Amino acid sequence: METENNNMTPLLEIKDLHVSVNGEPILKGLSLTVSKGEVHAIMGPNGSGKSTLANVLAGREEYEVDSGSILYNGQDLLELDVNERALEGIFLAFQYPVEIPGVSNSNFLKSIINARRVHQGLPELNALEMLKYIQGKMESIEMDKNLLKRSLNDGFSGGEKKRNEILQMSLLEPSLSILDETDSGLDIDALRIVADGVNQLKSEDRAFIVVTHYQRLLNHIIPDYVHVLSDGKIVASGDKHLAEKLEAEGYDWIRETNSMTA
Amino acid sequence: MSDSMQTLEGHTQSEYKYGWSTELDMDTLPKGLTEDTVRAISARKNEPEWLLEWRLEAFRHWQQMEEPVWANVKFPPINYQDIIYFAAPKKKLNSLEEADPELLEMFDKLGVPIEERKVLAGVAVDAVVDSVSVATTFKKDLAKLGIVFSSFSEAVHSHPELVREYLGSVVPAKDNYFAALNSAVFSDGSFCYIPEGVKCPMELSTYFRINAANTGQFERTLIVAEKGSTVSYLEGCTAPMRDENQLHAAVVEIYAKEDANVKYSTVQNWYPGDKEGKGGIYNFVTKRGICAGDRSKISWTQVETGSAITWKYPSCILKGDDSIGEFYSVAVTNNHQQADTGTKMIHLGKNTKSTIISKGISAGRSNNSYRGLVKIGKRADGAQNFSQCDSLLMGDKCGAHTFPYLEVDNPGARVEHEATTSKIGEDQLFYCQQRGLSEEDAINMIVNGYCKEVFNELPMEFAVEAQKLLAISLEGSVG
Ligand SMILES: Nc1ncnc2c1ncn2[C@@H]1O[C@H](COP(=O)(O)OP(=O)(O)OP(=O)(O)O)[C@@H](O)[C@H]1O
Ligand SMILES: [Mg+2]
Repeated sequence: METENNNMTPLLEIKDLHVSVNGEPILKGLSLTVSKGEVHAIMGPNGSGKSTLANVLAGREEYEVDSGSILYNGQDLLELDVNERALEGIFLAFQYPVEIPGVSNSNFLKSIINARRVHQGLPELNALEMLKYIQGKMESIEMDKNLLKRSLNDGFSGGEKKRNEILQMSLLEPSLSILDETDSGLDIDALRIVADGVNQLKSEDRAFIVVTHYQRLLNHIIPDYVHVLSDGKIVASGDKHLAEKLEAEGYDWIRETNSMTA
Repeated sequence: MSDSMQTLEGHTQSEYKYGWSTELDMDTLPKGLTEDTVRAISARKNEPEWLLEWRLEAFRHWQQMEEPVWANVKFPPINYQDIIYFAAPKKKLNSLEEADPELLEMFDKLGVPIEERKVLAGVAVDAVVDSVSVATTFKKDLAKLGIVFSSFSEAVHSHPELVREYLGSVVPAKDNYFAALNSAVFSDGSFCYIPEGVKCPMELSTYFRINAANTGQFERTLIVAEKGSTVSYLEGCTAPMRDENQLHAAVVEIYAKEDANVKYSTVQNWYPGDKEGKGGIYNFVTKRGICAGDRSKISWTQVETGSAITWKYPSCILKGDDSIGEFYSVAVTNNHQQADTGTKMIHLGKNTKSTIISKGISAGRSNNSYRGLVKIGKRADGAQNFSQCDSLLMGDKCGAHTFPYLEVDNPGARVEHEATTSKIGEDQLFYCQQRGLSEEDAINMIVNGYCKEVFNELPMEFAVEAQKLLAISLEGSVG
């Protein structure tokens, strides 16, 4: 799991990042380096800035980057538009996937797959190839094929929406996948399936940032690093044992250590 | 205003691709409107005396009328004396081969399937340029089934008894200001008659084009569907880009007898004017159908993307018991466009049903109003209406308005009305873009999804056309 054998440049390098929303500072000096092949878990209390981090990486506009830098494959990520980041391999599995009535799920999937392929200089898939490709992935994550015909996420159950996120991730094969609480609201089986989706995709070329509140997901997706985000900063980092400690003891001990050092 | 809203506005600034005009050798009347104008039009068409009288009566009545002011649109007074009421390509055509090559080229540019070889497309086309109908295809094939599909002027001579019986039977000459004007000066249009029990095997289509400058277009369409017949009718329209406003005041009448089924689809793409609101077509149109027979059905589907001002309420009079009226509409306004459009569903018969699905999309500084009347008469036991009026706003300088009117004189009727107004979802846009779609593609996808219920009602080729048009109307100077 060492980075040196892949590439000297980290996949993602965030330095002293300050981000505000409507003038309110939310991320207050966050640094994080993610190399190819790694899985990073980010934990932390509600409102600490986890989704903010995910959204900033994806390029959401209302999040204002006040200072700091983000390099992706050595390039300034902040220079890229939302869709360019996606085409360059950044994928965000949303905490709350939106519903888009009238847009069929299958059409949506076709469009995003072909957009990515065109960007990669590959030919678009024809209807038949597309169907095979999508259905294959759906089977591997045990997803109901009827969901293809429905409007995108429209009336999907919470679990179905999350599964649809994992389906899109599997189809797009991103270099950096950010999963924002994809495990929340999932039953035990679904949890395993989400984890399988990640594990199937794991490779030396890809990395994952997994935002979660629960140790149980990390039993299935073994993280290389666990970080605790509190009040807009990473206040503790460790290996998977940190997650176990958090599960057992909560965040109070971190808050205390943090305020002592502050 | 957020950056992304600004880009959205950028995306909604489109170029009008039908904005060219063609040099044709024209026969035109001088500007102005008097009884003599009406007589001159009638004379050019060799019309029978009764029709001239009908026109004159409409004209005299029109002179007494006032331009309506209730619509939620604003425009400077129209000078009716400054309009040319008749303009026709000079050559008289017997067949397509004789047509002015410039004219054929024009239809090529428009993509109208006017040539017989396009029979595969399954569309029979009547094309109206300025004031006259220039070609009607597939007439012979249709005639074998007893279907009459021809220009209005031709029908006046070939089927005078039919024209005389039904002309003005749904939209009386004195119905409203613009209908009266049309009745006085209409120059051509389409006539369609489907005999008893006949299912018209192909889509019938009319293509309207305003070409000449300073010319008003006043066409009339009359569709008569006999007992148990079925027809699907398409109408498309374009006009050149000109700085002055041009008036288009059409009338469409549909008469449906027992068990007849008429579907009328419009893709309206008249020139909307430039970004500053200069020029463009005033589209003041009266469309109405009567479900005269029991179990008959009339369905209006419209996709309105063009015109500087649209004033249009395709309506159904549900007279026969168990008859059905439908109205599916997508109205897009951008820049300085104004639309006041909707429908009237008049329930007279028992167990009559109507459905209204209206999707308004406003962008730029445009104004988009839905205006609809649902009237349930005393006799209309068991009548049902469902209305859904959605408005989608792009940016914060445009307006969306809904004016639903309800008159219920029968306590047993069931009427449901739903209305929503939303901004195009930033969350939805972000979601699509996060998956790699460009902002433009994302907008198209979301807006098409929003219009889906209406597009589903259009015949296949038209639905594709409508989606493209929508994309063009909403696409920007970007790229
Ligand atoms: N668009 C926004 N407008 C205003 N405040 C926001 C916005 N987005 C985030 N915030 C605020 O920023 C802080 C961090 O929010 P964020 O969603 O990043 O937390 P989180 O760590 O993901 O929490 P959770 O565990 O509950 O998902 C919160 O106080 C939140 O209210
Ligand atoms: Mg969150």
